[in-house]
Amino acid sequence: MKQDIILAGVGGQGILSIATVIGSAALRQGLSVKQAEVHGMSQRGGDVQSHLRLSSTTIHSDLIPHGGADLIVSLEPMEALRYLPYLAPEGWIVTNTVPFQNIPDYPPLESVLDELGRLPRAIVLDVEAAAKEVMSPRSANMVLLGAASSVMGILDPENLRDGIRHIFARKGEAIVEANIKAFDAGLRLSQQAR
Amino acid sequence: MAQKKLLLGDEALALGALHAGLSGVYAYPGTPSTEITEFIQAYPLTAERKVHCAWSVNEKTAMEEALGMSFAGKRTMVCMKHVGMNVCADPFMGSAMTGANGGLVVVSCDDPSQHSSQNEQDSRFWGTFALVPVFEPSNQQEAYEMMRSAFEYSEKHGIPVLMRLTTRLSHSRAAVACADDGDALPQNQMHTPADERQWCTLPVNARVRYRQLVKDYDLFEQDAVASPYNRLEEGPDRSLGIIACGIAYNYLMENYPDGCPHPVLKISQYPYPKELILKLSSQCKKILVLEEGQPLLEERLKGVFPAGITVTGRLDGALPRTGELSPDCVREALGLPSLRQFPASEVVAPRPPALCKGCGHRDLFTALNAVMKDYPGGRAFSDIGCYTLGWLPPFKSIQTCVDMGASITMALGAAYSGLWPSVAVIGDSTFTHSGMTGLLDAVNEKSDVTICISDNLTTGMTGGQDSAGTGRLEAICEGLGVDPAHIRIFEPLPANYPEMEKILREEIEYHGVSVIISRRECLQTLRRHAKK
Repeated sequence: MKQDIILAGVGGQGILSIATVIGSAALRQGLSVKQAEVHGMSQRGGDVQSHLRLSSTTIHSDLIPHGGADLIVSLEPMEALRYLPYLAPEGWIVTNTVPFQNIPDYPPLESVLDELGRLPRAIVLDVEAAAKEVMSPRSANMVLLGAASSVMGILDPENLRDGIRHIFARKGEAIVEANIKAFDAGLRLSQQAR
Repeated sequence: MAQKKLLLGDEALALGALHAGLSGVYAYPGTPSTEITEFIQAYPLTAERKVHCAWSVNEKTAMEEALGMSFAGKRTMVCMKHVGMNVCADPFMGSAMTGANGGLVVVSCDDPSQHSSQNEQDSRFWGTFALVPVFEPSNQQEAYEMMRSAFEYSEKHGIPVLMRLTTRLSHSRAAVACADDGDALPQNQMHTPADERQWCTLPVNARVRYRQLVKDYDLFEQDAVASPYNRLEEGPDRSLGIIACGIAYNYLMENYPDGCPHPVLKISQYPYPKELILKLSSQCKKILVLEEGQPLLEERLKGVFPAGITVTGRLDGALPRTGELSPDCVREALGLPSLRQFPASEVVAPRPPALCKGCGHRDLFTALNAVMKDYPGGRAFSDIGCYTLGWLPPFKSIQTCVDMGASITMALGAAYSGLWPSVAVIGDSTFTHSGMTGLLDAVNEKSDVTICISDNLTTGMTGGQDSAGTGRLEAICEGLGVDPAHIRIFEPLPANYPEMEKILREEIEYHGVSVIISRRECLQTLRRHAKK
């Protein structure tokens, strides 16, 4: 059993904390993990992506092949589309709808959302609004992770919650709870959306 | 092995070094190598064992400091990005001549595809050039284990070992089986070399040593044939033989989940093992060479084999000539059909990196542009750092970037040729890395240059490491002989544009060496400091 995930966003949005939680949960389940990250200059407001691979057997490549990703998880709608050639024919996209517009030629948002809407398996939601709704405005990325967990068959959501507890433990109980609430809100919303 | 940890390739290598009895790391930050030293700095064992881990001013001082530690018998490593090897080339080549006493491992992290770099140079070339062995781990586990092997090898043969990583391994995490800290090897006691003669490279000594080094290199090759990191894996389908170097091995195996049907020679230790290569070529008429970076091995093998054996790889277009390897391009080279995939989206626009909103470099560029538009003949020579992004729109403020420190020295050459105003824009850390010597040239020649040091009090682009000259830049410039009246300082903020423009204009109009220090803390480190 394997799950190949592309995490996407803009440098500074916090895709690595999503990756860290998934990685921690995967180790807890005894899975093999490989996670290729982007560091350095590209982190400065450019497009960033992380290839996250989970498997019950040996993982060779640090990179996912084109057409091999089971899931694209994106904090930004246009960035979700950037990695389409990586998506497997049966794969899912789970993305935030709020654009991050730091370039002059950002396409019209409707055309981005239209294209996402035409894909066979996509969950699109405003994770920032959802985070605010459960009073965890700084945990939008955990809303997204919660939403993605509904199509992440290989990982038990409870292990992901444990991952959140583990990663945020040193920031105190209140922060842990805010992130768990955000995660649960995302999971709920995506189940409704499917 | 006592435990499993999820580690970047860089971190696995760092932990491997600590567990192998490391006494000191010497380094200058550079993507993708920075996390090695940062991991050591933060790891508990480092403080317990008083492992040296402060950043060096540049790769050359780092290499020499490590060489001194090796002379004194301790295990030490030097870490840098690939172009750092150019900066420390002199002591690195020298270290092959002096040899090592305490284990000496030089770690160079290459950046094929130039994710954060100005070129794609392949550090393995330094191995054959200097006649030192090269280790090239193929995954995170090997990165951890090879550090210990490399230290042992270095001490056994009295030779530095070059350890080569590439971006994809440096910056990818995997679970690594590693020892407990309690089982780390003890550090070496201080001890000087048994025979110190070769450590003074006077020709009378160096000639003797060089003959020995050439002999030793044959020995290194025999070791590579027997190395556990190099192995020939049998395969029933001999229509093709494959040589897979370092991380390329993973991309190969990715495409054969049930095992590769062709014979495969995995190489992770150099000099390349000729005997194993000849064994492979006796089985197969066609050899595909998979190597990350430049076609070093492929080039050597072409023409070496007897007639009738084809070598294929990056040189004949089977693989892309430039850029890093991927499971996809390796798949194509193997002749396997590509996986079914969605077409690329047509609405997606490129999103290049940009300076952070509110960054001080932005304000310097805004003021500089306002002034330079009155001097259409002028040019701004720049350097390596976040501010290189000032070449891109909307700023387009700088025209050059070559290597660390070249802004000042290129401005000198251009000024002498009559280009005016000749402006240099350099960061504070780059200035202390390689700009100070050029400034002394400027002072001695009384050059007509305006040097802007964009001082954000840190080494910004690599994530905010200490900068060697923080708090002392004025003193350094004055000490090098710049007239204090022409060392000017301002705080780059929109509210200060009139003052900034006035100072820039005055110093351009002054026909001598001026240094303008534009000083405001990096927003990334400011945010981090605010959280503490």
